[in-house]
Amino acid sequence: MAYRTYLMVCAGTGCVANQSMKIKDRLEAEIQKRGLEKEVAVVTTGCNGFCAVGPIMVVQPDGIFYQLLKDTDIPYLVEEHLLKGRPVKELLYTPPAEKSPVPRMSDIPFFADQTLIVLRNRGLIDPEKIDEAIARGAYQALAKVLTTMKPEDVIREIKASGLRGRGGGGFPTGIKWETCRHAPGEPKYLICNADEGDPGAFMDRSTIESDPHAVIEGMCIGAYAIGSSEGYIYIRNEYPIALERLAVALKQAREYNLLGKNIFDQGFDFDIKVVRGAGAFVCGESTALMASIEGRTGEPRAKYVHTVERGLHDKPSCLNNVETWANVPQIILNGAGWFAAIGTGDVSSDPWGGSKGTKVFSLCGKVNNTGLIEVPMGITLRKIIFDIGGGIRDGKKFKAVQTGGPSGGFIPESLLDLPVDYEELTKVGSMMGSGGMVVTDENNCMVDMAKYFLAFTQAESCGKCVPCREGTKRMLDILEKITNGEGTEEDLFLLEDISNMVVESSLCALGGSAPNPVLTTLKYFREEYEAHVKEKKCPAHACKKLITYFINPEICLEKGHGCDVCRKNCPDGAITGQTKQVHAIDVMKCGRCGICQDICKFDAIYIE
Amino acid sequence: MPKITIEDLARIREQTRHLTTLRQGAGRVKITVHMGTCGIAAGARDIMSAVMKEVEQRALHDVIVTNSGCAGLCSQEPMITVEVASEPAPVKYVRMTPQKVRTVIESHVVNGRVATEHALAVGSEKTR
Repeated sequence: MAYRTYLMVCAGTGCVANQSMKIKDRLEAEIQKRGLEKEVAVVTTGCNGFCAVGPIMVVQPDGIFYQLLKDTDIPYLVEEHLLKGRPVKELLYTPPAEKSPVPRMSDIPFFADQTLIVLRNRGLIDPEKIDEAIARGAYQALAKVLTTMKPEDVIREIKASGLRGRGGGGFPTGIKWETCRHAPGEPKYLICNADEGDPGAFMDRSTIESDPHAVIEGMCIGAYAIGSSEGYIYIRNEYPIALERLAVALKQAREYNLLGKNIFDQGFDFDIKVVRGAGAFVCGESTALMASIEGRTGEPRAKYVHTVERGLHDKPSCLNNVETWANVPQIILNGAGWFAAIGTGDVSSDPWGGSKGTKVFSLCGKVNNTGLIEVPMGITLRKIIFDIGGGIRDGKKFKAVQTGGPSGGFIPESLLDLPVDYEELTKVGSMMGSGGMVVTDENNCMVDMAKYFLAFTQAESCGKCVPCREGTKRMLDILEKITNGEGTEEDLFLLEDISNMVVESSLCALGGSAPNPVLTTLKYFREEYEAHVKEKKCPAHACKKLITYFINPEICLEKGHGCDVCRKNCPDGAITGQTKQVHAIDVMKCGRCGICQDICKFDAIYIE
Repeated sequence: MPKITIEDLARIREQTRHLTTLRQGAGRVKITVHMGTCGIAAGARDIMSAVMKEVEQRALHDVIVTNSGCAGLCSQEPMITVEVASEPAPVKYVRMTPQKVRTVIESHVVNGRVATEHALAVGSEKTR
């Protein structure tokens, strides 16, 4: 059945949480009511990426982008757009700096500046229908590999493309595959790491939700290259939609015999098992992940012997991240040269010589356009934050961006023209990581931010090795002391010392990178630490113990006429005064909740 | 579903490709049915149905069918606009009936000849 119009309703986790399934039901009911069911189809797709304005719906083929939909908007929308052909202006997206809405998806800066390889099918296919994925070219690369390429050819192609591990390590994928292929021992295992543990990161979840077949096909190609017939996808149980779509995709691929025995009658066998993780951050580390699949405690081991030689069940194992696998089919179809033309550096003689292709980031924090983006390597952080991200919310001033998840470093304004590149980010004390990107503004205290992320990694430390278990705990104690106004200048040196010790002597990357937020904030925002320890002040007014709320008596009386709203709403009973009189805050009783400041219409309340 | 071969893969792709082509807004021809109040009153719903039916019967997978508002010439409704990607300008057809729709699609969309007997004009209005 052909339709004239497709309503592509986003059914990624973010939009579903904002009731997009209700929107879908309402659309179907309205379409039925108007007798349009033979002309207009409703399709549920994976995450669109622009989560900030969800629930999202794109009307195709016109490419009209609707945002922030409510089910009560639907009857009017169906009548106006689908019956009369007039897009509903009030429901279109308006960029922060502009007045008139932008109807076409391709004209919205958030989408226009992105380059899609991994997420090329997002919003275009129903991820639960394999035929739609095939229509967009899925499994063509697998057919090409099985009929025209030897395993060595595949490895050569991946090596030449310059593809490097998207989980954060940045190890050249082709070299990993080659080492695994030549490692002695049978069987060989293939693993997809979907244990995305970073707070605020959802690249892998979204990729699986919008295009699970890209990951499955990538794994099939990898298995052929390495000589494996058994694959695992390790995914956390907190991702219910991703798990469900993955199960549907695997079932459909098996029915078509794209997984199983003698795939495409070429004598190649491969199948994938899904292993659900319980959500420990450390299980994203390859050796801990493999231990978890085996049913043991998820703890890392020293890697004197690499997992490509002895990994899962002590057999050669090749582990790559979701995003890495999803890149593979496109590299095979379009060629290594096409991929290597995107990005930085030169990988023709040295696989470590550059960062190629694209990277998916989940952009969150104080930017206008939070969401999921895919950008070419080499793009500057400034372009990501100010063009795609639409700048800082509420016209505030940018302070720093943290790349690479909770153990990434904070990068200050002066380094914003840095290109996104594995080596460049490492050089300034941060990392590519799996792709979390948290933007902070002038109201964020950098000491507090460092404390927040360290508290996360500290809680997630598996406890196997002393530097990470004890070191991060002591670091957190010191940060707690500083934010409470009890820190000394010696503490800053001690903090730096312990940080370096933890980095150098931890067994795995969790401990090896956990001090990054502390080290980079100490380096780039030392004056904020010094204000905390010397003057006992928090310049960003974020550390509760170091701020005091005051009421400006003139404003309170002259503008507000002692409106009494603050006193009524103070949970601590710390405000004295009555209507038409000046109010005052008792600093001893004040709990520093800030409710009075939010609620005062006359801006009479200030912080010192 | 049975086991598929590489030929099946190509077949499935061919059969379903039009779905995703249209969803990306990439078609060879775009037919717009003008559905303002005037158009609807003059019978644009039947015209839309006729266009949809003709496109489906002829299996024209590269044709986008869409609707838009009043084109300004209410006396000549129902109207449709046919845009062919390879042609320099769109063509507006006026006073459509289901029979005329079939003629226009056969002549212009399939055979590439503008159906002059039903056409109003070539090109769009100037906008600024």
